[in-house]
Amino acid sequence: MSDLLFFFEVTLAGLGSGALLSLTALAFVLIYKATRVINLAVGEMLMLGGYLFFAFAAGFGLPAWAAIPLAIAGGGLVGAVVERGLIRPMLGESPIAVFMVTIGLGSILVGLVELIWGTDPRALPAFMGNTPIFIGEAYVSRKIAIAFAVAAVVIAVFLVLFRYWRGGVALRATATDQAAAYSCGINVPGVFSLAWVIGCGTAAGAGVLLGSIGGISPAMGVFGLSALVVVIVGGLDSVAGALVGGLVIGLIEAWAGTYLGGEFKLVTTFGLLLVALMIRPYGLFGTTEIERL
Amino acid sequence: MKIGTAKHSYQADEALLTTRPQRLWMGLFALGLCIAPFMLDNYWLYLACLVAINVASATGLNILTGYTGLVSLGQAAFMAVGAYTVGWMQLRLGTPFLLNIVAGGIVAAAVGLLVGLPSLRVKGLYLAIATIAASIILHFVFVNWQSVTNGNSGLTLTPATFLGTPLTDYKQLYFVFVPITALMVLGAANLFRTRVGRAFIAIRDRDISAEVLGISLLRYKLTSFAISSFYAGVAGGMWAYFFRVVTPESFPFVYSIFFLAAIIVGGMGTILGAILGAVFMTLVPELLRFGIDWLTPVLPNAAAMLSPVRTIVFGLLIVGFLIFEPKGLAEIVQRTRRYFHLWPFKK
Repeated sequence: MSDLLFFFEVTLAGLGSGALLSLTALAFVLIYKATRVINLAVGEMLMLGGYLFFAFAAGFGLPAWAAIPLAIAGGGLVGAVVERGLIRPMLGESPIAVFMVTIGLGSILVGLVELIWGTDPRALPAFMGNTPIFIGEAYVSRKIAIAFAVAAVVIAVFLVLFRYWRGGVALRATATDQAAAYSCGINVPGVFSLAWVIGCGTAAGAGVLLGSIGGISPAMGVFGLSALVVVIVGGLDSVAGALVGGLVIGLIEAWAGTYLGGEFKLVTTFGLLLVALMIRPYGLFGTTEIERL
Repeated sequence: MKIGTAKHSYQADEALLTTRPQRLWMGLFALGLCIAPFMLDNYWLYLACLVAINVASATGLNILTGYTGLVSLGQAAFMAVGAYTVGWMQLRLGTPFLLNIVAGGIVAAAVGLLVGLPSLRVKGLYLAIATIAASIILHFVFVNWQSVTNGNSGLTLTPATFLGTPLTDYKQLYFVFVPITALMVLGAANLFRTRVGRAFIAIRDRDISAEVLGISLLRYKLTSFAISSFYAGVAGGMWAYFFRVVTPESFPFVYSIFFLAAIIVGGMGTILGAILGAVFMTLVPELLRFGIDWLTPVLPNAAAMLSPVRTIVFGLLIVGFLIFEPKGLAEIVQRTRRYFHLWPFKK
């Protein structure tokens, strides 16, 4: 019985971190869908979000309800600057070149954060409380439960926005066919900026959640690698794929970490990634690309 | 465009160095490489050896990424395979070091073949991510295959011996590494005058068209992976003899990015590019260190800024070159050469 209970608790924790992965993957998918750019710096945006929150909450002493929106807005602002300054000039270049630009960007962000806040890991000011939550008899850490709830709400909001909001529709139209979107009067460069702002803002928000669970450090961008696995398994241009993929990878990481040992976490997910690539190269829900000469 | 270069034989047309000034400069360069160790102090010799290792590995990645168009973020992992092979053979078998280095290359090539398999199914960014996966799995193997790799504490090598002399100081290592690297660069330059190399270029330019022309994608993509990993393995072997400690953390993921950055900065798909890129990217952090040393009297905590500044400059170099000079340093060199060809008649 207690074994089963333990398994249940591990599963819940896995779902919690899976929700965070989904959120990060969503930031990824959003940018890829609209602009066809793989943003490898998403992990670093996440880290930056955590540090911005740290700066506002601990540095300026703002309360959490003010610091969180500011951190998200800061992430969005950085996204806008990056899109305008680095990604726009690369329009029409090979995808690999743009991908490398984002790798360079990640390196710049890590360096800046290290320069400003130093390399030591830090704890974020607590704003969630510590009382654990029990589902039946199973124990769930309060922070993970809150992170799960927030991620679920944000993802739901995104799904509604994509469906009904004008900007969301414009974004989907751009993703489907850029030229057609242009001729319908959609401001495609505007959509690109919008996608980067929302994507980076989402990543920054995910960074605040992640940082409040595990603390922040310049190396926390590694989380972005796990999110990368999620989007590849789920399909680069699929919101549903990010959602399902995130939960699945979160569960598998939790199970592998608990039953095989912590060092198996990353290797299991990446092993899974290789298998997924061999079976379905465009992800579970991704669109197959057809090549013509 | 240079005129008056009509060729009278295929041999002259295919030659690597076509003009007399080129041969002259190359001769001077070779001479410079030979006498350099007698002029340089120990610190610069250390850097020269490191540059030789990085040039070898970057040339390998250039064959794969620059010439075949397959992006790999696993170059450092292949180097690690070579380094571990060399370490294991040196410690357990005691075989001569040149044999070990070649064996390191061959083992790395075998691993590269395996890692190259996904390239048949996926390409572009998906492949880049598959190679990230491969390097993480290899890292896991290095940590956990205790009996061969000695886990996290790694292998500590005895110095290589050549004709009975142990190669311990940098001058001796220089005279071993630079010829090996020169040989490998020459091999790469020659590769692209053969059928195999031309097939690589065809695959890069349009893989479907290449297949229609009768180039077997399976065979040539895997060959490219194998050759590139061979280069990485040999470079890793030299690395092992250079630092004489091999641990799983010796070849971090950042090192793979470093090589990709080196060929981007240098110029993808040119032999000169890989060389220039590797030299430049190895020396820039050192120059930054001089800059920081120079700033220390003004800024007391400048030393603490060194590592973050290096990280930022590394990123800025990648981004800056991609945006402003996508063809890299090699293109700058070409432009300079063109300028002097036509001087003083045209700017």
